[in-house]
Amino acid sequence: MSRFIEEKLLFEKDHPGRIGVSLPENDVPAAEPEKFLGALARKAPLARLPEMSEVDVVRHFTRLSTYNYAVDYGLYPLGSCTMKYNPKLNEEVCRLEGFVNLHPMQEEATVQGALELLFSLQEALCAISGMDACTLQPAAGAQGEFTGMQIIRAHFDDTKDPRKVVLIPDSAHGTNPATSHMAGYGVEEIKSGADGCVDVAALRERVVKGDVAAIMLTVPNTLGIFEKNIAEVCAVLHEKGGQVYIDGANLNALMGITRPGDWGADVMHINLHKTFSTPHGGGGPGAGPVVCKAHLEPFLPKPVLVKEGDSYQWDYDRPKSMGKVLGFNGNFLVLVRALCYIESLGGEGLKRASELAVLNANYLRARLLPLLKLGFDGPTLHEVVFCDKDLPNGVTTMDLAKRLIDYGFHPPTVYFPLIVHGAIMIEPTETEPIEEMDRFVDAVQAILREARESPDLVKSAPHEASRRRLDEVAAARSPRTVYKERG
Amino acid sequence: MRYLPASNEDINKMLAAVGAGEVRDLFASIPEPLRLNEPLAIPKAVSELKLKDRFITRSYKNASLTCRPSFLGAGAYNHFSPSPVDQLLLRSEFYTAYTPYQPEMAQGTLQAIFEFQTMMADLTGMDVSNASLYDGASATPEAALMAHRIHKGTKILVARSLHPAYREVLKTYLRHLALTVEELPFGKDGRLDLGALKAATTPDACVVLVGQPNFFGVVEDIKAVAEVLPPGPKKPLLCAVVSEALSLALLEPPGACGADIVAGEARSFGLPLGYGGPYLGFITTKQAHIRQLPGRICGETVDAEGRRGFVLTLTTREQHIRREKATSNICTNEGLCMLAATIYLALMGRKGLVDLAKLNLSKAEYLKGTLGKRGIRPLFSGPTFNEFAVRLKTPVKTANGTLFKHHIHGGYDLGRDYPELQGACLLCATEAVTKEACTAVADILGGPQ
Repeated sequence: MSRFIEEKLLFEKDHPGRIGVSLPENDVPAAEPEKFLGALARKAPLARLPEMSEVDVVRHFTRLSTYNYAVDYGLYPLGSCTMKYNPKLNEEVCRLEGFVNLHPMQEEATVQGALELLFSLQEALCAISGMDACTLQPAAGAQGEFTGMQIIRAHFDDTKDPRKVVLIPDSAHGTNPATSHMAGYGVEEIKSGADGCVDVAALRERVVKGDVAAIMLTVPNTLGIFEKNIAEVCAVLHEKGGQVYIDGANLNALMGITRPGDWGADVMHINLHKTFSTPHGGGGPGAGPVVCKAHLEPFLPKPVLVKEGDSYQWDYDRPKSMGKVLGFNGNFLVLVRALCYIESLGGEGLKRASELAVLNANYLRARLLPLLKLGFDGPTLHEVVFCDKDLPNGVTTMDLAKRLIDYGFHPPTVYFPLIVHGAIMIEPTETEPIEEMDRFVDAVQAILREARESPDLVKSAPHEASRRRLDEVAAARSPRTVYKERG
Repeated sequence: MRYLPASNEDINKMLAAVGAGEVRDLFASIPEPLRLNEPLAIPKAVSELKLKDRFITRSYKNASLTCRPSFLGAGAYNHFSPSPVDQLLLRSEFYTAYTPYQPEMAQGTLQAIFEFQTMMADLTGMDVSNASLYDGASATPEAALMAHRIHKGTKILVARSLHPAYREVLKTYLRHLALTVEELPFGKDGRLDLGALKAATTPDACVVLVGQPNFFGVVEDIKAVAEVLPPGPKKPLLCAVVSEALSLALLEPPGACGADIVAGEARSFGLPLGYGGPYLGFITTKQAHIRQLPGRICGETVDAEGRRGFVLTLTTREQHIRREKATSNICTNEGLCMLAATIYLALMGRKGLVDLAKLNLSKAEYLKGTLGKRGIRPLFSGPTFNEFAVRLKTPVKTANGTLFKHHIHGGYDLGRDYPELQGACLLCATEAVTKEACTAVADILGGPQ
């Protein structure tokens, strides 16, 4: 018998007459919707809201939770996702009543503690990145990218210098080209060199035309390789007036060791749900603050947080601002967690975290090297990418990934970056103990043995999850995205 | 450091396996001149107890809404959230999981998304929903861009009565694309001026965005708006933008009134105000447009044994496959907030949600009536849900200052965004305010009856 309790959908658990909530008392005369709203009052029934007791609801979601894997179970080695441990203290402080119960439009005088906290976080992010100014408004990495690219765009508009093109390496995350497109730029892909880095000579040739607004670079890149010519890349762009955008997805390799601002980079976003330990939440919420150099500061989103004496205020008078990307002040409760993490570790601790993240990744690399083939040679930092060459008997990267589930691991990132065939991208982060990584290596070793001796076992994995392999092709062919009774 | 398990012995063992002498050697690929030779300018680590005290001190410097009645809405409504919502969010299996890219070990998250999509489609009167967007403001340009992809027209029509921050975010997103935004005025009833809409609806108009209820709290007649639009292939799409999702429980759903897209903010479903985030953007539409939706969508499928299961689907719309041709750049969304809303809606059920919405209507109407008796009357004649605009006898800032002395958070100053509405104030009354608080506000703003 399966260890999972089969849990139906909410709509199949509808039990008329039950209720899961105790509503506040009504101390005023009851207003009838028909009287006040007339023909606009709802006639359609709320067919899809179930009637359930509190117990039913709690069991439902608790059972669903057992189908998930999570960082609190074990290694979650998704490359470029930085699935580090989410400290419990952060969850406690972000739930303090004086943070949770604040309205975003309250008078500034009544939220000085919140503003002080935001200001401290901005200062910390500037210190870590080597930049001069910060906005905490973007809700996630992709929105941070969008904000950064719009800042660059506003900068060029301000100097009446229309440029059309953004350069993006072929190893980049898909959000980079998607974002540039949304900012109205054409995207040109640049090929990685044999060492996995940008080819500076080819870059110079392209940039010399003067129509390049910016380059978007992830450093270290998605192969885990540090762009060794980054200072030269910045110089090449700057010579022709271009800007350098750094995608901070992989900042976890660099804290206290090297800073984008010192390389010459102009603007970058930071994923607080990666490097700064705020939980991924099964897909969000995140936070994607943007930091930039002083020359781009006038273009930051509105409002900007300013400190005058001992008090903090929002400054809306920002005529050159790129605008606004979120309704209110950013994902505040995520920002609280991030600052708590930063202050838990302190400057030294953050540096130690990056060092150990890189050590862990290199340890896994060394241990896996006899088993799997590297995508690119050369030194790597916080993550390492293997390819599917040498997988026996037609076993694919996906099969290996699915079989890891049976061994109690979340699989690594697979088939990304696109420039590595059957990529297996592994990032353990600094919060993994050595014995957990050893357990992972043992699992990979065992799976490769199975792949040689009984490949069907691997090809038909997973066997131990709440579901066997799911048919994604069928799902896309005739999408069923809402519940319907079977006729 | 308690989050870093490596002991010195572990470190030495790992260095030996790597073949490095010291940790520093692992960073040899970073050119020496680029290294940081000083400590980060970040304060030293402190103990858990001390840090907790520091955050508590920061939280005490805020005058929160706890024990201070609030009449502030303006896109963020103060609602009660039942205890199970946050308790369930604290399950590690939900909050420490990643996006469900490996569906076999993420069925919990995926089933919840499927349930969310079903309930949001039902509440809005639509066929399909995505798995969330950042917030109501950023859902607005996503809806506009979606309409543009479907219709191809380059003019975006937006009611000036739509939330000012939503309009600002809309303009920011569209600024550098070859699209124009035209704002449409509101009439004396506070609703979209249908005559102006008719005049602005040229064949290049791809969408009309209307707040429901709008920023003044006024409920629009979506059916009447739909009827103004010229039939035929050039008919622009109609998008209702909902800032207060609870209103959906009492209002005829936009989908039943002729809307093609409903986008907005569902934070009211179980999430805290949290000084502005994280919130919960959503977008729903008709089945025909599903392939133009932005962001993640969960779909039903079967596993190798034929059992029902769920996966992320139609991913060829998304940035990780389509890159610059994607329907949006969104990747991380508001997953845990979506889960909160799903739990909340399950607890409420159809009766609870409708009763709660009626309670909001009742409180707001009571406040409206009580103010009216003291000579403070609604600014607009249109019907409202839990928020309405009034003109005060004193400047809004002064009035709010007085209210705050009585430990009450006053309303939103409409003069900030609408020069012609100087002195006008937006007041919201949810289930969280008592009759007593409503009377107190009326007494302070209007003088005793």
